[in-house]
Amino acid sequence: MNNKLLVSASPHIHTEESVRQIMWLVTLSLLPAGIAGALIFGFKVFWVVLASTLSAVATEALIQRAIKKKITILDGSAVLTGILLAYNLPPGVPLWIPVVGSFFAIAVGKQVFGGLGQNIFNPALAGRAFLMASWPGHLTSFSMPFAYDAVTSATPLALLKEGKAPEYLNYLDLLFGRRGGCIGEVCVAALLLGAAFLLLKGYISWHIPLSFIATTGALMWVFGPRGLFSGDWLFHILTGGLILGAFFMATDYVTSPLTRKGQLIFGVGCGLITAVVRLWGGYPEGVSYAILMMNAATPIIDRYTRNRIYGSQ
Amino acid sequence: MKNLIGHFVKGIAKENPTFGLILGLCPTLAVSTSLANAIGMGCAATFVLVCSNCMVSGLRAFIPERIRLPMFIVIIATFVTICELLMKAYFPALDKSLGIFVPLIVVNCIILARAEAFASKHKVAASFFDGLGMGIGFTVGLSIIALVREATGAGSILGFKFSGNFEPALMMILAPGALLTLGVLIAAVNLLKERRAARP
Repeated sequence: MNNKLLVSASPHIHTEESVRQIMWLVTLSLLPAGIAGALIFGFKVFWVVLASTLSAVATEALIQRAIKKKITILDGSAVLTGILLAYNLPPGVPLWIPVVGSFFAIAVGKQVFGGLGQNIFNPALAGRAFLMASWPGHLTSFSMPFAYDAVTSATPLALLKEGKAPEYLNYLDLLFGRRGGCIGEVCVAALLLGAAFLLLKGYISWHIPLSFIATTGALMWVFGPRGLFSGDWLFHILTGGLILGAFFMATDYVTSPLTRKGQLIFGVGCGLITAVVRLWGGYPEGVSYAILMMNAATPIIDRYTRNRIYGSQ
Repeated sequence: MKNLIGHFVKGIAKENPTFGLILGLCPTLAVSTSLANAIGMGCAATFVLVCSNCMVSGLRAFIPERIRLPMFIVIIATFVTICELLMKAYFPALDKSLGIFVPLIVVNCIILARAEAFASKHKVAASFFDGLGMGIGFTVGLSIIALVREATGAGSILGFKFSGNFEPALMMILAPGALLTLGVLIAAVNLLKERRAARP
């Protein structure tokens, strides 16, 4: 009875949260946007998401089995990658596109680097970049919202790039997703719902999304079509993949900086590249490339924004 | 004689320039977009390699130690020029698709490496077989990469399209495709080597 005081190594208080729980909750927070996508573009969207997710999980299991590692498909990270990739695809793609894309995302984007936690680039975006470079035709033909057949329409940003103002849209349409676009990016309201959940639970912080969106909006406002300070910043925030990218992909723990200061730099960098691509680039939309480029810069940002150890110089 | 065969074989298998020594990667990555290009480039490099190896080896007694590298380069450049003019005269289409990479054979690391590491220390016959083996090894390596890239990126082999509605992945004939293919193939070769070494 003289040994009642037990002293274990720190940390003494810890939460029950695990990688698995966080991954599944992020997946849950993406659900509203997927349902909205299915309502807007029809049931075919469901098959794209399913094909992408199954392919991601199968690839992860096969590779981990082949290299005799522990199979970790239940931690939800492969499911999340598959869903995110599908959300970045146009609704009318042939089903082999998400299958090949998810294979690439997991095999080359993630497992080559050593699996979860080791990858430099966001796997879903690596998969998207691969698909975009390989089959640009499939990745840029968007179906019309609420037209349940093969009618295609350009995205608002693509119209803008061609010099045609998309006049038929008002901000409410953009907020609720009445426009051409990728499966998961169109319904901003549903995305914001999921994002609010993640922010309230504390799984993501506001630093990256806010600095990302604010930078893009500010630059689009400053460099407007009719001279300085004439840009339609709200239009640019609501279109494209900005909301999806800023809240769900730029905030990926593995590929974004660790410190708050680093995250602000990361977000501003993403916003800057997005705006530059939208204003002067060859593509109408630049969110995915912006995040990928800043992913590459993350190790450097981390090195220069390391927290000062208390008491040191 | 056995020695000569050894010099010949090592370039193809154990010290393959592409997968073993990882040398000469700029032309490997740049011209492996189609099998025809790869074979053309491989033949041109093999020709230069064999000729420069023999010449360097034959002149090794007369080349002063301190200026050997410039002299190697002059010898190599001579054969590259011959090769380029021949190609322009007899294979204009190939010359056009290889473009700047024909004159750039001058700075191909394999050729200079063999001149420095092998030909300047060995007899002419040995150098000839070393050059031939290395050249064929380079051609084979290049052709394997090109075969994969042309099949997946352009949906054809030697210019003949696959039948059926196969949609090639455009990226495989762009620069990232070259790096990906090379990486996967080197990994596969290393895996094979490891398996072989592990076997008792």
